[in-house]
Amino acid sequence: MQALSIQNLTKTYDQDVQALRGINLDVAEGDFFALLGPNGAGKSTAIGIISSLVNKTSGSVQVFEHDLDKEPERIKASIGLVPQEFNFNSFDTVLNIVTNIAGYNGIGMRESRRRAEHYLTRLDLWEKRNTAARALSGGMKRRLMIARALVHEPRLLILDEPTAGVDIEIRRSMWEYLSSINSEEGITIMLTTHYLEEAEALCKNVAIIDHGDIIERGAVSELLSRSMQETFVLDIQDALHELPQVQPFLIRTCKDPLQIEVEVPKGHKINDLFDGLSSLGIAVNSMRNKSNRLEEFFVRLVNQSGGREELDTSVLQGTPAENGKNNTAT
Amino acid sequence: MNYWQVQWVAYLTLVRKEVRRFMRIWVQTITPPAVNAVLYMIIFGGLIGTRIREVDGFAYMDYLVPGIIMMGIITNSYGNVVSSFFGSKLQKYVEELLVSPVSNFTILAGYVTGGVARGVTVGLVVTAVSFLFTSLKPEYPVLMVLIAILTSIMFSLGGFINAVFAQTFDECSIVPNFVLTPLTYLGGIFYSISMLPPLAQKLSLFNPVLYMINGFRFSILGVSDIPLWQSFAVIGIFIAILFTVALTLLNRGTGIKA
Repeated sequence: MQALSIQNLTKTYDQDVQALRGINLDVAEGDFFALLGPNGAGKSTAIGIISSLVNKTSGSVQVFEHDLDKEPERIKASIGLVPQEFNFNSFDTVLNIVTNIAGYNGIGMRESRRRAEHYLTRLDLWEKRNTAARALSGGMKRRLMIARALVHEPRLLILDEPTAGVDIEIRRSMWEYLSSINSEEGITIMLTTHYLEEAEALCKNVAIIDHGDIIERGAVSELLSRSMQETFVLDIQDALHELPQVQPFLIRTCKDPLQIEVEVPKGHKINDLFDGLSSLGIAVNSMRNKSNRLEEFFVRLVNQSGGREELDTSVLQGTPAENGKNNTAT
Repeated sequence: MNYWQVQWVAYLTLVRKEVRRFMRIWVQTITPPAVNAVLYMIIFGGLIGTRIREVDGFAYMDYLVPGIIMMGIITNSYGNVVSSFFGSKLQKYVEELLVSPVSNFTILAGYVTGGVARGVTVGLVVTAVSFLFTSLKPEYPVLMVLIAILTSIMFSLGGFINAVFAQTFDECSIVPNFVLTPLTYLGGIFYSISMLPPLAQKLSLFNPVLYMINGFRFSILGVSDIPLWQSFAVIGIFIAILFTVALTLLNRGTGIKA
């Protein structure tokens, strides 16, 4: 069964601003799905429509085979939303915020409190239950929004940049928690994020949206296999006087004279790079990925789709992103 | 759990939240109307009222009390809903309701009940305060409660519509300051319209607040400038109109949905 099925969804705001241009999207039940895109791409509008916060212009939305136009209450009952901005009464207590949502979903007081205790404990907030929400730290507020979204035990959890502004430790514990509720409890999760390593680490499938269109979709592993190159940063023993040339690798300088950046095209062994550098007398101390692979793929895709052109298949064949500040040699 | 059970629990939750809100800030919500009532009774009833002869056969202080109670009910039921719903828009926690399976009717009913709860609470407090100055016993207690609740419903609906359109705090106070207060003051709190010149009497009949204050006064004193049926008719018509407008706005998502 599809957890979410979107057909020809459009949204035009006032002054003819087209936020969505007829997108089609399917998310299977049990999936951990990422909807990625740059700012203003239409991610939050799409999520707003699915969760009834934004009126669509045309198209259809189905959640677990219930139509948004015909059965909005059933859809709402099956969705938990963690929005981008804090949207709770900051003067209310943590416990009241969570139990209110349970109540709005028809859950009686006793059961609301039991569930609130369960989710607040799991998200490490039970000790703060009588604290006004405004007194919580940013990370706690994010976790409160997750507890609030889960208290009515939805089948589809939608998270709009849930880890924005959260420190790395809390972010990783949130990843762990989200993974566990996806794998153990079978909750379908749809996520938007600007941290692409988050999407790569968590999600099975991904769609990339830009200028209101879905420009790419598929399994994360499949998209990564289509990524035609990886960029590595190498720590070298001695500063270079001139850039080495090792075919077919693209080598660039970095700000740090003891680092170089190398693009490794798909199908080429990194051993060949090391052999080439070694033959030129360049010793490498260590290496790391410049950015995660999905991020490289995403940046290249969005750069190529800039404006309104349809996605060109050449994008998927990997054109190296040029950096005008760097000296380049091949 | 069926649809109606969900709506009922959601309604109770919303009402509980609303009551908790105005009780938590009781110094701002309950105390000022009581203080105002005491001042009105001292100044108009005590100081000025002693120089006024009876009105409709009652001491001026006694004549004044129903209007002052009703003034508290009107301003507080309106003010509760306008500030609560506008606050939920401003802090965006109205989205908690929009993403939940709560019908628009339930949302409206919850906010209106919250407004009624505050209006009636203030009415009871002002009534208690008035016992310091009078020893009135309501002629028709059931009627008194009924008119108080219906008036609260009407002004709660008005406050809700105001909050839907309001974009700023200023826009929340324009109607109370420039419409509600003049209508209330000119609605016969302090006088009987029989004391006005004929033209002013006729103009007063276009003021809906006149019908509520006189209906309420009738329930306490047994005298009124307006026949009781007219009071109920005006309140009923206004409730029907305001309810329809408020629910239509919610269904359209005016002011709350993009």
